[in-house]
Amino acid sequence: MKPKKHFFDRETVLAPLLVLPAGLYIVLFVGFPFVMSFVYSISNVTVGNPNFKIVGLQNFTAILADPVFRTSLFNTVIFTVVSVLLVLVFAHILAELLLRDFRGKWLVRFLIMLPWTAPIALGAVGFLWFLDSVFSPIDWLLRDVGLLGKPGALLGPASNLYWLGRPVLAMASIILVHVWRLLPLGTVILISGMNSIPKEIVEAAQMDGAGYFRRLFDINLPLLFPVIGVTILFATFFTFTDMTVVWVLTRGGPPPNATQVLASLAFLTGIEGGDLAQGAAIAIFFFPVLAGLAIIVLRLVKKAIVT
Amino acid sequence: MLKKIFLKGGFYGALAFFILFSASPFYIMLITTFKKSHDLFNPNNNPFFFAELPTLDHMKLLFSQTLFTTFLWNTLLVGVAVVVITVLLAVPAAFSLARMAGKWGESIGIGIFLTYLVPPTLLFIPLSRIVAILGLQNSLWSLILVYPTFTVPFCTWLLMSFFKSIPKDIEEQALIDGCSRMGAFFRILLPLAVPGIISVVVFAFTLVANEYIYALAFIQDSAKKTIGIGLTTELVRGDVFYWGSLMGGALLASIPVALLYTFFLDRIISGLAMGASKR
Amino acid sequence: MAFVQLRGIKKQFGAVNAVDGVDLEIKDGEFLVLLGPSGSGKTTLMRLCAGLEKPTAGELVIDGEVVNDVPPRERGIAMVFQSYALYPHKTVFKNIAFPLTVEGLDKSEIRYKVELAAGLLGIGRLLERMPSQISGGEKQRVAIARALVRKPKVLLMDEPLSNLDAKVRHTARVELKKFQQEIGVTTIYVTHDQAEAMGLGDRIAVMSEGRVRQIGIPEDIYHDPADTFVAGFIGNPPMNFVEQNGVIVGFRPEVFLPAELASTEDQTKFRFKVTRVENLGSFKLAYGTIGETGVIANLQLRVPLEEGREYDFSVRSKDVRYYHRETGVRITK
Repeated sequence: MKPKKHFFDRETVLAPLLVLPAGLYIVLFVGFPFVMSFVYSISNVTVGNPNFKIVGLQNFTAILADPVFRTSLFNTVIFTVVSVLLVLVFAHILAELLLRDFRGKWLVRFLIMLPWTAPIALGAVGFLWFLDSVFSPIDWLLRDVGLLGKPGALLGPASNLYWLGRPVLAMASIILVHVWRLLPLGTVILISGMNSIPKEIVEAAQMDGAGYFRRLFDINLPLLFPVIGVTILFATFFTFTDMTVVWVLTRGGPPPNATQVLASLAFLTGIEGGDLAQGAAIAIFFFPVLAGLAIIVLRLVKKAIVT
Repeated sequence: MLKKIFLKGGFYGALAFFILFSASPFYIMLITTFKKSHDLFNPNNNPFFFAELPTLDHMKLLFSQTLFTTFLWNTLLVGVAVVVITVLLAVPAAFSLARMAGKWGESIGIGIFLTYLVPPTLLFIPLSRIVAILGLQNSLWSLILVYPTFTVPFCTWLLMSFFKSIPKDIEEQALIDGCSRMGAFFRILLPLAVPGIISVVVFAFTLVANEYIYALAFIQDSAKKTIGIGLTTELVRGDVFYWGSLMGGALLASIPVALLYTFFLDRIISGLAMGASKR
Repeated sequence: MAFVQLRGIKKQFGAVNAVDGVDLEIKDGEFLVLLGPSGSGKTTLMRLCAGLEKPTAGELVIDGEVVNDVPPRERGIAMVFQSYALYPHKTVFKNIAFPLTVEGLDKSEIRYKVELAAGLLGIGRLLERMPSQISGGEKQRVAIARALVRKPKVLLMDEPLSNLDAKVRHTARVELKKFQQEIGVTTIYVTHDQAEAMGLGDRIAVMSEGRVRQIGIPEDIYHDPADTFVAGFIGNPPMNFVEQNGVIVGFRPEVFLPAELASTEDQTKFRFKVTRVENLGSFKLAYGTIGETGVIANLQLRVPLEEGREYDFSVRSKDVRYYHRETGVRITK
């Protein structure tokens, strides 16, 4: 009757209108660049030559033939798989510890959460000192207990291990920092999952005389399956696409590319090297894994809506 | 009895291990910050404690000789701007999707959440072109423009679950009591959603403080850097001279963020878990 | 004060007909109860009156004006939800004042009206409390005070007593009725509880599957159910049905008496085989069969009955109702 007066009652108009700003922003600054990264990957665009041509799969054949790329892909997968597995195991133990009541729990929680709650670049700075080639406190500790720096010591007679200077140790260091960072996240997610297991089930199993491992494998793990899924999901997401840890600690080194990962290689190629097309092509390799994760998320959400 | 003591010892032992594991980098930052250089750079001194009296020299250097305060200020500026943009975009969108839009609201909500899974490392190359075309390189505006790409999707999702948890009756009661749809939103729903909005504000801010890749890609000018890239690119030059200040800076910047985040952690994580598993 | 008319109201949710063609007229000052099992469409019908849902077809008239496209706030209605829907972040005072605040009245007037309404409902001492600090019965009063403070044309109530415990519920019901009569507001009240409906309603509209099956004063609904659904839904235990000569014969358990106790009026006789007797304090229920059909008799305690035996029972013919075998609709004989 009086449409103007009732404008603020009209759902069919208001609903799209309220989503529009956020929707438009996401389309412009996530959707559009997302599509562009695919377009770039099949073009010859560089910073110096923005008027680009489509060149087909040329970039992909080039990077697939590049041993540096293959090393990076391999490193990314190794870092992700090993970190996620370690996070799962340790997070499960830590979650069981934190489920109990004890004094000073808030402080303990704060300390244990630090790696996740503090900015990762700054946390990694702490590790930079920990893993320093000369002053590493870890090395000092090893020397102090006699495992290092003496003739015949288990870890060798040199006074330092050179954590970030040796390929295998550098890789282990990167993994260590990833695990360090993601452990709190995994723990909190697992705790929320464990809290949702009805106490009666666990008590019933205890009364039936099931031991710890029996309970773990027959009751806890199956019931926790969805939560473990979520943990894997986020841990994978954060490790697989991360370059901060590598960038702060090693910049992909020790030379030539012992700890290079896809993200840092894409950065080196696309931003520092200015070859946008090849950088984009490298970053595209995230896509299958992310799409897989997205599908799992969708499944979980659907299941949650049904039940 | 013996078994009990043994179990208890094991429990506290394991707990101590995890605390050491998690907190030691921050502990070492603390010690290093206040160690005299002479003490710090002697490989034979215990790195976990002071061999000589502590000093404030590194702190003084950090505040007087470096751009540390500029980095902090830049981070704060970007953080506040991004938080404002995020709240302005995410709150109405979440309200609409949770309360007005029926079935397609659910689908669009999931769609928006999925964009959260598109990482900066996939977007930074095209975005760097957009930033260049807009002439925003080396400007904090580039970060203010781009950071909502990760804050808006997640915060929208978080707020959706928040709005959904407010009983529908209460909104309908407001409609009957004389409010229009928007009136009910402003007078009743928004005040009830304040805890959710606060956690979104905190979350968005900590995400900004955490961000590294975009800042690294868009900002080269030292005076425009945010805390993460500022510290790790300006104070790390293989020059041992800066170690104490570097550690002090990292510690000073991370503790407030960590405190803020911890305070709201439960709500944020439950939103995170809800996003992927249950509502 | 106002009358309400519903003309051919329909509401579909997807393929489901929640309300399937309802015509109703509610008089000025009347207390109308919508009674029905869950899923009968009674709540949807009320939400249509409130304007929280839009009808798929039909016309809704309040006080002579078609209000189909009028938003809830301009319909001059008030509603009490089952959950009471008190604003959790506002004090009791601010809850009751909210409709007036939205209207933009000045503070002194708001205070006067809120205190008046609160006084009427005996909650004056609660005004500074938060909703979380008061009991269920008090919440209900606050919700009613908030509904009445604006002097609505029509008051809608959606099972407002169902969240109270059984003891409070009875007194609340009596008070509610007294209150409505005093201020004389046109009231539509939704419930699935027939005792509530009988006690409160000037008239009752019995609903099932989106339609009004019968509307009338409580006595008529009870004694002259229009079809087997209403007859079976109203009364506890419900009406007995026995098939005889191609029609369904219905009679209430309390008019089903041993033949020797019956008066000399015109009687309809049955052979009643008792299978079980249940003593319920002030009366007893006898379960048994007529032929193959299960029936129940509601008897005084002193009537002697033994389980397993057959008796001659009868019903006064004027208490017997007849229903069509297929449609279940009442037949007058």
